[in-house]
Amino acid sequence: MIFASRKPAARRPFRAARLSAVVGVLAITTAALAGCAGAQSSGTASGSSTGQLSGTVTVFAAASLKASFTEIASKFEAANPGTKVKLSFAGSSDLVTQLTQGAPADVFASADTTNMKKLTDASLAEGQPVNFATNVLTIAVPPSNTAGVSGFRDLAKPGVRLVVCAPKVPCGAATQSVAKSTGTTLAPVSEESSVTDVLGKVSSGEADAGLVYVTDVKSAGDKVKGIAFPESSNAVNTYPIVALRASKNKDAAKAFIAMVTGSEGRQVLQSAGFGVP
Amino acid sequence: MVVVHTAGRSRTGYSGIPAWVFVIAAVGAAFVLLPLAAMVARVNWAQFLPLITSEASLDALWLSIRTSAASTVLCVVLGVPMALVLARSEFPGQRLLRSLALLPLVLPPVVGGIALLYTFGRQGLLGRYLEFAGIQIAFSTTAVVLAQTFVALPFLVVSLEGAVRTAGHRYEAVAATLGARPSTVLRRVTLPLVLPGLASGAVLSFARSLGEFGATLTFAGSLQGVTRTLPLEIYLQRETDADAAVALSLVLVAVAVAVIGLSIRSGIGSGRRDGALAA
Repeated sequence: MIFASRKPAARRPFRAARLSAVVGVLAITTAALAGCAGAQSSGTASGSSTGQLSGTVTVFAAASLKASFTEIASKFEAANPGTKVKLSFAGSSDLVTQLTQGAPADVFASADTTNMKKLTDASLAEGQPVNFATNVLTIAVPPSNTAGVSGFRDLAKPGVRLVVCAPKVPCGAATQSVAKSTGTTLAPVSEESSVTDVLGKVSSGEADAGLVYVTDVKSAGDKVKGIAFPESSNAVNTYPIVALRASKNKDAAKAFIAMVTGSEGRQVLQSAGFGVP
Repeated sequence: MVVVHTAGRSRTGYSGIPAWVFVIAAVGAAFVLLPLAAMVARVNWAQFLPLITSEASLDALWLSIRTSAASTVLCVVLGVPMALVLARSEFPGQRLLRSLALLPLVLPPVVGGIALLYTFGRQGLLGRYLEFAGIQIAFSTTAVVLAQTFVALPFLVVSLEGAVRTAGHRYEAVAATLGARPSTVLRRVTLPLVLPGLASGAVLSFARSLGEFGATLTFAGSLQGVTRTLPLEIYLQRETDADAAVALSLVLVAVAVAVIGLSIRSGIGSGRRDGALAA
């Protein structure tokens, strides 16, 4: 009874108010979304024409460069007051996907030439990529090395629980070509999608051995032991870096690349275990 | 009087929901459906069949279905007693225990994977003794099932506990006064009464197991036909072949929709209790 009397009378006067409430909610939502988008792109202020660098440089870099690039970035900021380096680390193929989908960045550093080629093929690069570092595979074992691994051929021994990267990812492709060149057939218990997953399985003691990059073993400290093997020279990974065409701060982007490829950057990279191309 | 009126009103089209709620609900629905539509739009239909029938894809799909079925069975075996205890008994610390039992629901799966690693891993709490006994769980299909069960169990417990609470004590009390033993009451009265809740809980567990990724990747590893389930295969394919990743994603969506659709069709998820009572 109460409901019946309320419905028709109360509905009409409130229609206008209701409509404005809807508009209000939609407006807030739109504003919030726009705000997110704005926050992403506002960082890249333009560099000045007088030679004095300023603004933000957004660097997309392969995950294995995390320690080195963080150090280089702070050196860059110290050398160029007024600049700010924003770093984003992920797998190289993830980063290329993000860049082709329009992610705003100024510099891209890849862990392999394959992914860099995807970027240049999409005409997103400004100029030619420069190779700035190399990395080779090494065997990682738990500190106790209970399986007694001492060389590449030991990895094929029965009873050794080996973890490698899947052939589809760069470290797995390198693993395959080393195995092929030595004529060794590996029977891994797991093929991980990233080198950090391989390292995790070794440092937690789940695996007896894993194939990772020299720099990974170095950054893992005493959680794993690295065993270098001469056959690793059959698969050398090259790291290229390039400025992006869509960059709004090209001067600063070029200056950052110059620091990475220069003596200061080289020093940092070498102490992390990277080789010189 | 009022109850009768409102019931009659729903037949004349008055839902009691203001119009602007519908508008926002539509925006919410679009938010969920639009990404799915965008994915379907990206499917390379010319290559679709070859992509999803490759050996790696079929291995992954078959492994996912097998392990999800096994996890669902484990969830039912372990979850039904848990739900009954949580819904029917009272003891000190029960509320705390309840929150802890539901923890995997809110825990990031990768954290679950790490926790499982330190439990069943080679040097884990239980794993080190299993290792002595010659049982290796890490890198095996068993590890996949454990990871999926860990994340899916709370789904069954939550939906069944709700059903048990709603069903109430009445029929059980009557059965008991007629001389039925507790086990008989459980088998003949309580379980048939909450069967719809149990079934929808099992469907949810299966769906959650099917989508499990983080805990599996951290704990079980990734090897074709052994531990690489469909979500892991999609993650790996995405590295090199976006078309394959999209095609497999669509397969996963289709399987999930089929499972949910099947449960609605059979009236499981709708909470109908009359059929269960008759059974």
